[in-house]
Amino acid sequence: MLRYLAKRFLLILPTIFVPLIMVFLLLRLAPGDPAGMMLGDQATADQLAALRAELGLDQPLPVQFLLWLKGIFTLDLGNSIFFREPVMEVIPRYAGVTILLTLVALTLAIVIGVVMGVISALNRNNPVDRGVVTSAVLGISLPEFWFALLLIFLFSVTLRWFPVSGWTPPSAGLIAFGASIFLPALALGIRQSALMTRMMRSSMLDVMDEPYITTARAQGLPERKVIGSYAMRTASIPVLTVAGLAAGYMLGGAVAIEIVFALPGLGRMLVEAVARRDYPLVEGGVLTISLVLAVLNLVIDLLYAVLDPRIRYQ
Amino acid sequence: MSPLDMTAAPGAGTETKVVLEAENLGVALPIDGKYVPITTDVSFSVRRGEAVALVGESGCGKSMTASAIMGLPPRGAKVTGRLRINGRDVLDLSPKRRRALCGSEIGFIFQEPMTALHPTLRIGRQMTDTLCHNLGLSRSAAMTRAAELLDLVGIPRPKDILKGYVHQLSGGMRQRVMIALALSCDPSLVIADEPTTALDVTIQAQVLDLMEKMRREFDVAMLFITHDLEVVGDFCDRAVVMYAGDVVETATAAEVTRAPHHPYTRGLIDAVPGTGLERLVPIGGSVPQIGAWPEGCRFAPRCSRATEKCAIRPPLEGAPMPDVRCWHPLTEERT
Repeated sequence: MLRYLAKRFLLILPTIFVPLIMVFLLLRLAPGDPAGMMLGDQATADQLAALRAELGLDQPLPVQFLLWLKGIFTLDLGNSIFFREPVMEVIPRYAGVTILLTLVALTLAIVIGVVMGVISALNRNNPVDRGVVTSAVLGISLPEFWFALLLIFLFSVTLRWFPVSGWTPPSAGLIAFGASIFLPALALGIRQSALMTRMMRSSMLDVMDEPYITTARAQGLPERKVIGSYAMRTASIPVLTVAGLAAGYMLGGAVAIEIVFALPGLGRMLVEAVARRDYPLVEGGVLTISLVLAVLNLVIDLLYAVLDPRIRYQ
Repeated sequence: MSPLDMTAAPGAGTETKVVLEAENLGVALPIDGKYVPITTDVSFSVRRGEAVALVGESGCGKSMTASAIMGLPPRGAKVTGRLRINGRDVLDLSPKRRRALCGSEIGFIFQEPMTALHPTLRIGRQMTDTLCHNLGLSRSAAMTRAAELLDLVGIPRPKDILKGYVHQLSGGMRQRVMIALALSCDPSLVIADEPTTALDVTIQAQVLDLMEKMRREFDVAMLFITHDLEVVGDFCDRAVVMYAGDVVETATAAEVTRAPHHPYTRGLIDAVPGTGLERLVPIGGSVPQIGAWPEGCRFAPRCSRATEKCAIRPPLEGAPMPDVRCWHPLTEERT
């Protein structure tokens, strides 16, 4: 088990290496650079060259990349060009919001998906089932920024149950935190919950026909227990697979949601950093998101073994 | 509570108690919006301490009959006729009360123990869930009882097995667990649906011996669903032969396996490999499709003895021979 964990942690390195190279190259292939952004249109060629030399941008690309990689291992990601402070200090200020948003959205999506999927499966082919399946198709088809606007209009503007936008950290009180994160998390999670609903429904329908469910009934266990503790236990395993994919999707989707709800998260920070050509900050942000995703997927892989004892990691 | 405490000598009274009584039991399934009968007029009874075989080819309706007795027929099924368990009519019971009979009064042993036991729940959990629910035991008392039961069915180191999962056991061990589970709440009726079909031949004999031992020890009525006539002869007291959703012959196991009266039963026996010297005789034709049964005797199209009279459906009683649904039963004793 420990060996497996060590191996998986080492495997994270190549996994995040690919996005790092891509971001590094894309940034430098795009027109405009930090020096031009900082000095404006009036700058002379000498001034630009001097600033580029100061930022290390005059060196060949491979050298820049290797220097940056070296920085990762020494935990020094350079200084943000815009904030003029170390990237390692800027990112934690934003990362917490995005990670919390993703985790809450993932939890909401799993709870909604599992509950709706079970309700749907138990009402197979009757109006309740059709209603759930239709809403799931709608949910999958709606872009989340649009859904976010709908939620704001209904719950914040009309009903005034939740704040329209803005961020309250958990340290300021769990209720206020919950109110500020509920709508963004719902908007971010709704599509994934629709996918999970469909997954849970079909997996539940399969499991309900399994002989061990008949056994549980033949042992006289009440239907509530047969479903809640015998059927759902195995039926929820495929939902975990969807959850792993959903985590990655949500970390990316958080950009749009953070902008709509004006949340000070990593996604919004990245969009602004790209516009400012703040190379070190963009690279640091992408590195953080890749790391979070890799760790989340590792956690989900480990959860498989908890849900299904037939799986042993070694 | 040891099983020995509850054992009464079988046949102590002049008339042993009838545990299961099926009368014209029929199951119909909705296919394309219409109810299509899967079984009709299935009548038989099982007494305490007795093993009765329900024999027939695949698709004859024997498993459907078993699921109807359990009260767990497929979704949408309509069950007709009468069914008495320990003298009580059970077809009119509410689903909840019907479910309460499962486990406590009827135990069920499935064909494939690998898929019939939960893949991700510990064996101990499955057994104690049943014991706690049906007998109201505490978790720890149930655990002790579960270990006793596993010991009784010949499982070594029961405490370790209780902590394990079904995929860690061999096929024979799985079926032993299944038997322990079915007997755990001291039912008066045990239904075994082809309990040895999925096992290796060498293990089959062990499991059959165990079931025989358990039947005596727990003094239960056993309904044994099988297509294997050898099992019927070795293991059962009486046999009910089914064909195309119908009971065609009811007799002692010895009669059915040695001197059957229905041409279909004869055909079944001739199709079983025996000494290896004689030629096997297959039954010509094939089982009619469900819903497309012939009007009269359902076996007539495949029967060498069929006459015009067979266009009329023979009754189980009142035909030339009691308990044989045939106008032209075989009467002579054959070997």
